[in-house]
Amino acid sequence: MTRPKRALTRYTTVNRVNHWINAILFVLLVLSGLSFFDPILFFLSGLFGGGQWARAVHPWFGCCLVISWIGMFVQFWRSNLFNRDDAAWSKSIVHVVTNDDENVPPIGRNNSGQKLVFWAMTLLIPTLFVSGLLIWEVYFGKATSIPVQRAAVLIHSLAALGAIFVWIVHVYAAIWIRDSVRSMTQGYVTPGWAWHHHRKWFYQLASGQRVKTEPRKNP
Amino acid sequence: MSDLQSQDYVRRSATTLTPPMARNHEDQVAKLIDVSRCIGCKACQSACMEWNDLRPEIGHFEGSYENPNDLGPSVWTLMKFAEYENEQGNLEWLIRKDGCMHCEDPGCLKACPAPGAIVQYANGIVDFISDKCIGCGYCVKGCPFDVPRISKTDHKSYKCTLCSDRVTVGLEPACVKACPTGAIMFGSKTDMHRQAGERIEDLKSRGFEKAGLYDPAEVGGTHVMYVLHHADKPSLYSGLPDEPRISPTVRVWKGILKPLAVIGIAAAVIGSFFHWVTIGPNEVRDEDEAEADRALREIEEEEKTP
Repeated sequence: MTRPKRALTRYTTVNRVNHWINAILFVLLVLSGLSFFDPILFFLSGLFGGGQWARAVHPWFGCCLVISWIGMFVQFWRSNLFNRDDAAWSKSIVHVVTNDDENVPPIGRNNSGQKLVFWAMTLLIPTLFVSGLLIWEVYFGKATSIPVQRAAVLIHSLAALGAIFVWIVHVYAAIWIRDSVRSMTQGYVTPGWAWHHHRKWFYQLASGQRVKTEPRKNP
Repeated sequence: MSDLQSQDYVRRSATTLTPPMARNHEDQVAKLIDVSRCIGCKACQSACMEWNDLRPEIGHFEGSYENPNDLGPSVWTLMKFAEYENEQGNLEWLIRKDGCMHCEDPGCLKACPAPGAIVQYANGIVDFISDKCIGCGYCVKGCPFDVPRISKTDHKSYKCTLCSDRVTVGLEPACVKACPTGAIMFGSKTDMHRQAGERIEDLKSRGFEKAGLYDPAEVGGTHVMYVLHHADKPSLYSGLPDEPRISPTVRVWKGILKPLAVIGIAAAVIGSFFHWVTIGPNEVRDEDEAEADRALREIEEEEKTP
């Protein structure tokens, strides 16, 4: 790893490993799940060895994702608490999406968009897990009534759709904001990156407060 | 059933294109079950097991004539016995042969995600092509009659085929052949309607004023129909649905949501791409690095000077 001298650590090794386990599982879930959501995507089940295999393996990926997400939650919930800066940042969302960063107020370690991704997933993953268990034919096919399963399958597909949208935004934002991907693969950002995108976090690190996030400012 | 290069599909699950339907000049068939003539002998159940080579596991006696207790992956038809006390205080033993109703608008087929795992032939029979079944259980959610059952051994869904293999070669279904009282009839749907009409007239003349035909319009009619003495209350017959319909939940899920979701996902991806093309990446410039350097130096100096 050719890490520049003054680089700032954004994600620790544990952060990154957990994130990518999560990402791989999520992609596998999306591919296998979409294969039995719409017939034009049924070919995706071929990636898993056919329809029966995709059907069999999808719920197990889901169980693993829940465990992985617990790890993500424990590591990241604190830095995703909303604070006063988020109101100001959100108001300037038009400047954010047009790269007009001079008119975007400074923000801490995560901006409101990143926090929304985190909380959306925190809401959607348990929803998907519970509704998924109810329609897991092999083990829970007889556990609940058919009307309950019908509701569960609808909730499951709506929640999955929501999660896929959040995921697309998340992936695109990582590509759009250059060098974000490197922070999640190699763990570091340059001081200029931190200064440009997360100025309050930059000053926090610079003034030696280390990675610990600021305590809640709300009274 | 085995798929002998069928070219007479009118519906095929999870298929957006027209299925092979060249040989569609066929009569709509129907099985007519005259509940009033059924004596509950279970010959139909035995015939079904015999023809289809099904041997369900021996279960337990649960205090009812129903045996086995429920439809299953190897129980495709089942006599259901209901004891009903009528308004006059007399006991009526309502026996109904339960199994797939072969809906004209099949909920199982609508819900099925595996291309070609559920088909409807031009004669109206709804059949599971087990080879293509992935065992997800969506047909169970789609069915308004609670009929399909998933095997724990091979993870395939099973139900009555209306002996599609026999019907194809001009034979009647096994249960029809076995019925000793002629309570089960088979033929074209028009003929069966006529037959039912005669039976209903007869029943009415014998005091069953509410006698009628069960061919529920909510699912477009069915290819298995009942003559009921109490057609006003089908649920008396071991929970035969009064108004069977494909659940609205299933309609939303496999109707509107399915195409909208795919379009929505595609739009999000395309939208992102065009954001990249029009507005482009947000890059850190050298000035940012210089500013950051300056800021870092300032802080260091501040910390040095007490």
